[in-house]
Amino acid sequence: MKKLLASIVPFALVAIIGMSPAVASEEEGGTPHYPIHHLKELSWSFAGPFGTYDKGQLQRGLKVYTEVCAACHSMNLVAFRTLEHLGYSEDQIKSFAANYEVEDGPNDEGEMFTRAAIPADYFPSPFPNEQAAAYANNGAVPPDFSLLAKARYVERGFPQFIFDIFTGYNESGPNYIYSLLTGYEEAPAGVDIAEGTHYNPYFISAASLAMAKPIDDGAVTYDDGAPETLDQYAQDVAAFMMWAAEPHMEDRKRTGFMVILFLAIFSSLMYLTKKAVFSNKEH
Amino acid sequence: MSSDHSTYQPATGFGKWMDSRLPLMRLVHDSFVSYPVPRNLNYAYTFGGILMVMLVVQLLTGIVLAMHYAADTGIAFQSVEKIMRDVNSGWLLRYMHANGASFFFVAVYIHIARGMYYGSYKAPREVLWILGVVILLLMMATAFMGYVLPWGQMSFWGATVITGFFTAFPGIGEPIQQLLLGGFAVDNPTLNRFFSLHYLLPFMITGVVILHVWALHVTGQTNPTGVEVKSKTDTVPFTPYATVKDGLAMSIFLMVFAYFIFFMPNFLGHADNYIPANPLKTPAHIVPEWYFLPFYAILRAITFNIGPIDSKLGGVLAMFGSIAVLFVLPWLDTSKVRSAVYRPWYKLFFWIFVANAIFLGWLGAKPAEGAYTTMAQISTLYYFAFFLVILPVLGLIETPKRLPNSITEAVLAKKGGNGGAAASAAASPETRG
Repeated sequence: MKKLLASIVPFALVAIIGMSPAVASEEEGGTPHYPIHHLKELSWSFAGPFGTYDKGQLQRGLKVYTEVCAACHSMNLVAFRTLEHLGYSEDQIKSFAANYEVEDGPNDEGEMFTRAAIPADYFPSPFPNEQAAAYANNGAVPPDFSLLAKARYVERGFPQFIFDIFTGYNESGPNYIYSLLTGYEEAPAGVDIAEGTHYNPYFISAASLAMAKPIDDGAVTYDDGAPETLDQYAQDVAAFMMWAAEPHMEDRKRTGFMVILFLAIFSSLMYLTKKAVFSNKEH
Repeated sequence: MSSDHSTYQPATGFGKWMDSRLPLMRLVHDSFVSYPVPRNLNYAYTFGGILMVMLVVQLLTGIVLAMHYAADTGIAFQSVEKIMRDVNSGWLLRYMHANGASFFFVAVYIHIARGMYYGSYKAPREVLWILGVVILLLMMATAFMGYVLPWGQMSFWGATVITGFFTAFPGIGEPIQQLLLGGFAVDNPTLNRFFSLHYLLPFMITGVVILHVWALHVTGQTNPTGVEVKSKTDTVPFTPYATVKDGLAMSIFLMVFAYFIFFMPNFLGHADNYIPANPLKTPAHIVPEWYFLPFYAILRAITFNIGPIDSKLGGVLAMFGSIAVLFVLPWLDTSKVRSAVYRPWYKLFFWIFVANAIFLGWLGAKPAEGAYTTMAQISTLYYFAFFLVILPVLGLIETPKRLPNSITEAVLAKKGGNGGAAASAAASPETRG
């Protein structure tokens, strides 16, 4: 038995070790993996177990969204009323919503009509339907912003994804958005990209994407003194999109802290009870 | 459940009146208070109770979620987001339910591994074990259908791939697939029947769980020594001993569960499922939930034809076979000794099996190409060889360590150190409670 095993184990070990370089070399030579670069990682105010959104940043992000991104990107699942989380008053939200026109109806005569939006309405889409969006954008539909910060995750590989559990890394989405917005560059020599697309080594599924560099330094005026740079815009809009995707995050983390605290105390008491119960019984 | 050990004494007049008409309190008392359990159960034995809690968590959150969910391809995705954004504590319910599925599987895999380690499937507990495998199958079906309901990209494409397995069977395959889908492709009828079945199956699980617990209470629990209970000193009453130990384990398990719900709620899910289902756009990698990955790796490991069986059918048969083999496990293991504590070689092969299963899970998340396929084939070979070759042969040639005469002897030898050889045999950490 021992002999049998002694002959099998080294064989298996050699087989496994021998394979790892094979895997590595294949990754280099075979199908390329996207994104080409690792994401740039920022330290977000909402990261970690006690992270909260920076309201000023979210307000700036909203400004970037409405003045730049909203020309192409919808945000169907976000209602104006929820902008209250960003620190706006009811009146401010009312007048903000009134800037938008939404379709309503039918009225008493059976006609559809447009009216100014109210806080209960949702951000209207820039295009009437997907076909129109695709037609206006070289065939690529600009993705909806409501959940994008949760819908993009760049694989971190073993063992990093294990460490991520303990560090509580949930910021792949905003890091991705930030990296993409600040990652446009000239295609390196020898890299062929499809016509009408733009090279970006941070794009998740190819070397280039249909969206041209959407924003640059000075494109949006800030009234709180924050730098009007691409870097700042990218951070602000990424944070705003994280909020749009996860509006109850602060509530969730606060509740979570209380739940864990309760369970920790309860477990300690259970442990002492268990010790007392078993103290007279060898087990 | 047998009442030969019943010590129930109704305390009140109403209790006496009730007891002679419907002895429900007697049943509860005999099953969860005075029920004798081996005194040496360790924390690996607490996962049955934890699974019971998880089942209740899933049922309760699921019933409330169903009040807000709409099973229609046009609005399913939005209805889930409505739960996340507008329903009071809806985000909590949904994150509990989604992560609850994962933690249900965490607990069930530990529960199964404990059963394999301590030989819990051996006579006279074969039926108990088989009922457990039935529960596992029902859980898998429920989890798969539940993952389709949010109608995201991975919901849609996962459903397409998994129902596609059935087409591998010649003749009957396509009719089965069409019956599952309610058409020729995943669409509204699929979503509706999956929702209906996703609501039905948990109650079937509950039914089988009752049988599982019944069977357990007929044979009694195993224990880390694998030696049957022989006298009263071998056991302690369920309450307070097992209750308090299970309670502590549950509390700690819930703490890990809570960490994921509140601080990593999307870590175990797939980001693509936050993109609404699009039948015209296939995701780059279609990957099932983590708890299916080992089986998915086995499916994809079969890349070659075996005689008349083509690789597709071979893969599907291997995948179903990897679960089916569990049904006959009690008869594949030829060893008379239950616990791995006294089976040095079995212990080694068992831990290799666990590592191999985790490795298969990792491979299941990798693209099926090149060296990954070769590794998956080697791992699949070990998976089946463990059951079909190692277990039957090992029982015949392995020399087990000396077994203690009784649970009490093992426990006292460990504490007092006066048992000589018995002490060293029983002193391994596995027996520590």
